[in-house]
Amino acid sequence: MIAHALTWRRERRVLPGFGLSLGISLTFVSLILLLPLTSLVGQLSQLSWSQYWFLITDPRLLASYGVTLFGAAVAALFNAAFGLLMAWILVRYEFPGKRLVDALMDLPFALPTAVAGITLATLYSSNGWIGRLLEPLGISISYTWIGIALAMAFTSIPFVVRTVQPVLEDLPAEVDEAAMTLGASDSHAFRRVILPYLWPALVTGTGLAFVRSLGEFGAVIFIAGGKPYETEITSLMIFVKLQEYDYAGASAVASIVLATSLALLLAINLWQGRFIKRLHGGRG
Amino acid sequence: MTWFSKPRSLFTASAVGLALTFGALSPAQAQDEPRELLNSSYDIARELFAAVNPKFIDWWQAQHDETVSVKQSHGGSSTQARSIMQGLRADVVTFNQVTDVNVLADAGLVAEDWQDRYPNNASPYYSTTAFLVRKGNPKQIENWDDLARDDVSLVFPNPKTSGNGRYTYLAAWGYADQAFDGDEAKIEDYMSTFLGNVEVFDTGGRGATTTFVERGIGDVLITFESEVNNIRNEYGKDDYEVVVPPVSILAEFPVAVVDEYAERNGNEDLAKGYLDYLYTEEAQRLLAGFNYRVNDEKVAEEFSDRFPETELLRVEDVFGSWPEAMETHFASGGELDQLQRR
Amino acid sequence: MIRIGDAPRVRRLLIGAALVLTALFLLLPLVAIFAQALMSGIDVYWQNLSDDYTLAAIGLTLLVAVITVPVNLVFGVFLAWLVTRFDFPGRRLLQTLIDIPFAVSPVVAGLVYLLLYGRNGWLGGWLDAHDIQIMFAWPGIVLVTLFVTCPFVARELIPLMQAQGSREEEAAVTLGASGWTIFRRVTLPNIRHALLYGVILTNARAVGEFGAVSVVAGAIRGETNTLPLQVEQLYQDYNTVGAFTSASLLALLALLTLAAKAALEWRAARRETAT
Repeated sequence: MIAHALTWRRERRVLPGFGLSLGISLTFVSLILLLPLTSLVGQLSQLSWSQYWFLITDPRLLASYGVTLFGAAVAALFNAAFGLLMAWILVRYEFPGKRLVDALMDLPFALPTAVAGITLATLYSSNGWIGRLLEPLGISISYTWIGIALAMAFTSIPFVVRTVQPVLEDLPAEVDEAAMTLGASDSHAFRRVILPYLWPALVTGTGLAFVRSLGEFGAVIFIAGGKPYETEITSLMIFVKLQEYDYAGASAVASIVLATSLALLLAINLWQGRFIKRLHGGRG
Repeated sequence: MTWFSKPRSLFTASAVGLALTFGALSPAQAQDEPRELLNSSYDIARELFAAVNPKFIDWWQAQHDETVSVKQSHGGSSTQARSIMQGLRADVVTFNQVTDVNVLADAGLVAEDWQDRYPNNASPYYSTTAFLVRKGNPKQIENWDDLARDDVSLVFPNPKTSGNGRYTYLAAWGYADQAFDGDEAKIEDYMSTFLGNVEVFDTGGRGATTTFVERGIGDVLITFESEVNNIRNEYGKDDYEVVVPPVSILAEFPVAVVDEYAERNGNEDLAKGYLDYLYTEEAQRLLAGFNYRVNDEKVAEEFSDRFPETELLRVEDVFGSWPEAMETHFASGGELDQLQRR
Repeated sequence: MIRIGDAPRVRRLLIGAALVLTALFLLLPLVAIFAQALMSGIDVYWQNLSDDYTLAAIGLTLLVAVITVPVNLVFGVFLAWLVTRFDFPGRRLLQTLIDIPFAVSPVVAGLVYLLLYGRNGWLGGWLDAHDIQIMFAWPGIVLVTLFVTCPFVARELIPLMQAQGSREEEAAVTLGASGWTIFRRVTLPNIRHALLYGVILTNARAVGEFGAVSVVAGAIRGETNTLPLQVEQLYQDYNTVGAFTSASLLALLALLTLAAKAALEWRAARRETAT
């Protein structure tokens, strides 16, 4: 085992450019990423633990965690279903305009969030194109949790589609055939055969969409009502603290969001690692 | 080994690092460029100063035979003050909150006695908080007590993020203080109903306007009297009505030279001239045209029909002082947080 | 061959549902942007577009992209080369570190730069004493944009280069090729598409960043307003048409991005079927 690792390492170092790429990468990561983030740590270190705890457990802030988590969860679940559907029809079916639909899936990443924000607010307000239709039904979207979830869902649409799509493409046709010849119905076969295969990609994509939604600000702020305890998201609380010149408070709240997102990203990476290992079975 | 030889690689790496940190420095101002004044202001004053600046440039030209230019930066008053503290080199500030100038004075950027340097507490114009209601005033809104009724929903900006919202809060409190003769329990009762009627808390005054006008939310928009009239002009006189309550708050719009930066930019005289100009009859007429109340007697007389008589409470009289009002009401865990707690 | 969901009824139902949802969630917002921008006619549109402040915003936005994209391209390539071609202690950590910008809320990204380079910040005092302005000027905008866009190129390259392995490059080394030659002749052709995709994503984000930039820009009209900030300010000015005019430029850019990406994928797919 050890001997194997050693030879492997020696083999790897055969390639040139280690020093240069290490130098550039470390310089860049230090200057652009780490140095600025130390200032966040600096702000936090001015707080005692009890102050920190007091700041992050403020009831209004707790309510905002709830609103943010709930909105992100709804957005992620919507995207899990929508993403799965889109990936399925883009891989399995032929229809006119397919390439256009495929390209459109990436729109939320290409469109600046502020533009998405004002557009969604305009569309779904009670006198907007869609809001007007929903108003008589007693459904209002803007300034409610639905609006928050909607904006979050929009900005994270591509995650699930783009993680499920390649996996579905690689799915061998025999899998279908085997399932169908066993006489199972479509939905049964899908649930018992296809879904377990797609599951890891689906979870990864949904998880990424969830993480992205937690931190979203630009798109959500135009459509969230900002009512305390009801439609106030955590990013807005950071913004509010900044307005009050409360850098330490803002940093404390920011650290919570950052820690949650990083923990989730790490979990997704680990999950993905396990999944890839399982796929490649014996190798490595 | 040619391209990746060690000394070169170190050089390249450090060159990239240097370029990232220092390569991008602001270009120094060229000699023959006209002097440039930067005015940092609150967010709803964009149209106002877009009209004031060209007139000021003419005025300065006539007086000093020098062509200058004026740049504008607009945002929430507190955001603006924060940016200046962090290094935004504004020569003058024209804010809507005394506290935000005080913050700059505490940081040593503005003179301690700034309020004594210009007439009327260094406030060239003032306004008050008024209501905008929908056509025909269907909910019969006349005074602050109507805003605490069950069937009325309100829109005004978040007092935590907006000076405009803070004035609204203070005006409501001032009214209640008068109406209930200082009975704390009754005042707080009124205030929590009043705050509970708010449909949407936007972060700034303009956001609240958009919510009320373009999204059609709420029965009453509460904002500056000046803004209320501008909205009516912008969106149609027939669709909205302005209600100025019999009692409201005096909203001062303080101005100050940011001495530290004006000096460094070599703009001291220009900055002072800019603020002096705001007190001239010409500028006062312009300000009144934008529905701000002014102190110039002649101009005030000309525009008197625009501004209904109303009792204006001073923050200092009702709340002691601005710092006290901020501390008691808007600080973390203060009165506002208590009232919104459930 | 029978495949799941091939029954015409199921197929029609699924495609129909997908198309309706796509139209509702993606196409309609896009149409709305252009509809709002052109609401008052093409003349007003042009007039809004040729506004001095809008032109200045376009210029600044381009400047930011022109600096950010090449810098992050170089960084991304070197980082991907480093973590996929060498094994060293801290490799995993480095890979996780560059994911940070994905986890950090843009407002916080702006805040940390302000805390560092602002007048009261750690480096701010020194910079201020030497009259070097980074915050509230274009260098600050470039720096935060570098921060939020730095993962894109590397994230595109790493999985691909990992999957491809280094056998070809190692063969080239034994044949005596120099580092540059190896990269240009062996690596680059393999990663060209991923690289371009990374560049496209970086560019899209660099042009569109709002939250982080708004914290460090100081909102000086005609000087530190990028297009997204201009959109927001015009929107706040009751100038809905003007706001959507600038927004339509960004939307147009987004469409170009999508088209470029689709073209790349299409060419890649065609090559795959050809071989």
